[in-house]
Amino acid sequence: MSSISDAPAPFVLEGRHLSKSFGPVEVLSDVSVALTPGEVHAVVGENGAGKSTLMKILAGHLMPTHGAIVLDGKEVSFSGPVDAERHGIVLVHQEILLAPHLTVAQNIFMGRELTRGISVNDREMNRQAAEAVQALGADIAPTMTVSRLSIAQRQLVQIARALHVPHRVAIFDEPTASLTPFEVEAVLKVIRDIKAKGVAVLYISHRLTEVAAIADRVTVLRDGKHIATRNAADLAPVDMARLMVGRDVSRLYPERPPEPTSEPILEVQSVDVPGFASGASFAVRPGEILGFAGLIGAGRTELLEGVVGLRPHRGEIRFKGRPVTFHTVRDSMHHGIVYLSEDRKGKGLLLTRDLPTNLTLSALSHFVRGPVIDRGKEEAALTEAIGEFDIRAARRDMLAGQLSGGNQQKLLLAKMMLLDPDVIVIDEPTRGIDIGTKQQIYKFIAELAARGKAIIVISSEMQELIGICHRILVMHHGKIVGEVSGEAMTESEIVVYATGVKTAATATVTAGAA
Amino acid sequence: MSDATLKARPGFSIRRIDMAAVAPFIALAILLIAGVFVNENFFSVNNLVNVATRAAFTAIIGVGATFVISAGGLDLSVGSMTAFVASLMIMFLNSGIIADPLTMLFAGVAVALILGAVCGLGNGLITTVGRIEPFIATLGTMGVLRGLTTWLSQGGSITLQNSDIENFYHPVYFGELLGIPIPIIFIAVTAIVGAFILYRTPYGRHVVAVGSSEDVARYSGIAVGRVRTVTYIIQGLCVGIAVLLYVPRLSAANATTGLLWELQAITAVVVGGTALRGGVGRIWGTICGAFILEIVGNIMLLSNFISEYLIGAVQGAIIIVAMLVQRSLMRRS
Repeated sequence: MSSISDAPAPFVLEGRHLSKSFGPVEVLSDVSVALTPGEVHAVVGENGAGKSTLMKILAGHLMPTHGAIVLDGKEVSFSGPVDAERHGIVLVHQEILLAPHLTVAQNIFMGRELTRGISVNDREMNRQAAEAVQALGADIAPTMTVSRLSIAQRQLVQIARALHVPHRVAIFDEPTASLTPFEVEAVLKVIRDIKAKGVAVLYISHRLTEVAAIADRVTVLRDGKHIATRNAADLAPVDMARLMVGRDVSRLYPERPPEPTSEPILEVQSVDVPGFASGASFAVRPGEILGFAGLIGAGRTELLEGVVGLRPHRGEIRFKGRPVTFHTVRDSMHHGIVYLSEDRKGKGLLLTRDLPTNLTLSALSHFVRGPVIDRGKEEAALTEAIGEFDIRAARRDMLAGQLSGGNQQKLLLAKMMLLDPDVIVIDEPTRGIDIGTKQQIYKFIAELAARGKAIIVISSEMQELIGICHRILVMHHGKIVGEVSGEAMTESEIVVYATGVKTAATATVTAGAA
Repeated sequence: MSDATLKARPGFSIRRIDMAAVAPFIALAILLIAGVFVNENFFSVNNLVNVATRAAFTAIIGVGATFVISAGGLDLSVGSMTAFVASLMIMFLNSGIIADPLTMLFAGVAVALILGAVCGLGNGLITTVGRIEPFIATLGTMGVLRGLTTWLSQGGSITLQNSDIENFYHPVYFGELLGIPIPIIFIAVTAIVGAFILYRTPYGRHVVAVGSSEDVARYSGIAVGRVRTVTYIIQGLCVGIAVLLYVPRLSAANATTGLLWELQAITAVVVGGTALRGGVGRIWGTICGAFILEIVGNIMLLSNFISEYLIGAVQGAIIIVAMLVQRSLMRRS
């Protein structure tokens, strides 16, 4: 830490010795961070390291228990996020906080509508919104309803909304968490642009390669404490990971289970999921880990949801050699196929219910004595699941919504494993999960495959697919356009397929600019 | 407890959940105490038993409504359904197709329960298979069933005409078993069975899961439509049970039978702590809510300073206050 003098600081915004406690729990402990104009300062750390608390304090969402916020060398205190915005500090949230039924322009100007007389000036707002969105390199009509946009487009609108306020400091909270590499590049370009204009950027992310690509300085937090602040050039991603976790993580991916040799257990022939995917054919063998790569909106989730009966679909599906029809997801579950949604909070777990209720929900018929639910058996199953999947719950009687993202994923995995499936489909297994837990999830996946389960992994993180899969299918515009395996499993190879052969050249150029 | 409180984080707190569950019982206790100050006759066994007996219709229908609402649905047709089922039951009893009055009565009971279940099934299928908002669907059946009742009674009254049956049947509402009025036994049995199903069986767990998050339930392999439909059937059965008490009470039904009972039932459910958006069901809270409604009316009747003509207004106010209390318990962090 550089010493703090009274001379005019080169820093626009500083957090000095910030601490924050919730009740007796100290989540941030004596952390200092300083932002320079025209510099991207990344904060990395595992879930619970205190990144979001730090960010919320700097953006006025939380008051620090101890320590000071210093703006232009003067100590300030924000009464709330609006006050912080007035001082030129804007925050781009990780979650999409837009009104789905309103238009892009209405969202960008929400709460600060332009008026002409007593009526809102839609024409002017649409014009300015179009400019703001174009400035981000996006092509979205300002009159489009947000509900019709893809997740990536929504994220860009959200960035446009935040940056529309005059600002000197922009804080990004994992802005790329739900984006594909191609879309990530667009966001990174936005950040480079505002940096060039002299804005100080605080960037929070789990994706260390991204941090290495964009950041000038990196601060590592662990368990609410400041571990290191270094120049990004001096810190390779693997060193960042080591500092974050506090141990060596060079072996992020487990040893790949042996190549499967038995006959396919699930065969999909020319399956259409109307509106999302068409003519998809693939097969997966027991013990195999099959990856599905592609951009957001390529139809990966929808195809697999169709195959397991969550969506209407046409085509032929054979399970253990026999033709089967899955009208609903219950049908596929009975055969031994489970699907773990990417939307853990919305479709995976009942957040306001306790852990045993969530754990046994799909397999409740195994937990009855006569007509009655056997609570003792449920508790025993929870004990077993906590041991087997290393679910870290502060208390056994907590609600599923109180678990961290990683532990929610482990609970969801444990829940589905109670059905003793033969085929496991996992959609975005590590989204929003810290690196230590990621390593564990990969290990579980490899172990399940080694036990003879067929595993299908859908992921937007190409590195993870390459790290754990035997074989990767790439989708583009609802079709399976390529398959890579063995030596050919490289990011560039996947990107060529994922972006469509025709735009392959463009993709290479963009990647080269990074 | 103090240990758990310390660890509790803002947003979710174990203590808050307990508060929401016990709040209706605290309200009931306060009302009981208030009643004593209003009129010395209030706390007499006679009066309280009377109040509980009169709460039977709201309480029993409320048990069914607890299922529907905790699964995220709503049934506005229960009042009309009561009138419809009661009319048909009386017409059946009057038809004399079975000579023996007791056998005839049992057949009538079966008719009422089956009719209730079928009406419920209809509501369930319209909302699940027909994919129509429960509010609209049951608003429709509410009108249909009320209209059918008016038509059946030709605008007048349908009266039980067989005095033998009436003699057998009369004690079901007015009689006692081991010194307990039979309607109170009806409440107890319905609530115990309801609580058993909701709290102890896989079906009950599924009801709450569907109400908490339809998506999570579907992705977990729960037959969401079937679970919802069955809640309406349970609601219909509860209406049938209420009819079994209603018919011996007045020996007649007409177009105004069960008028606004849907409001009473929903109020009892909400006052009892069940969340109107689904996901939380409290059978005993509903019973408590039904008693609260009846006691408020009773206190007003016994007191000299509030006109009993204001009962409707006060009951309407109760539902709003109950929601405000629920909300404030939610927000407290």
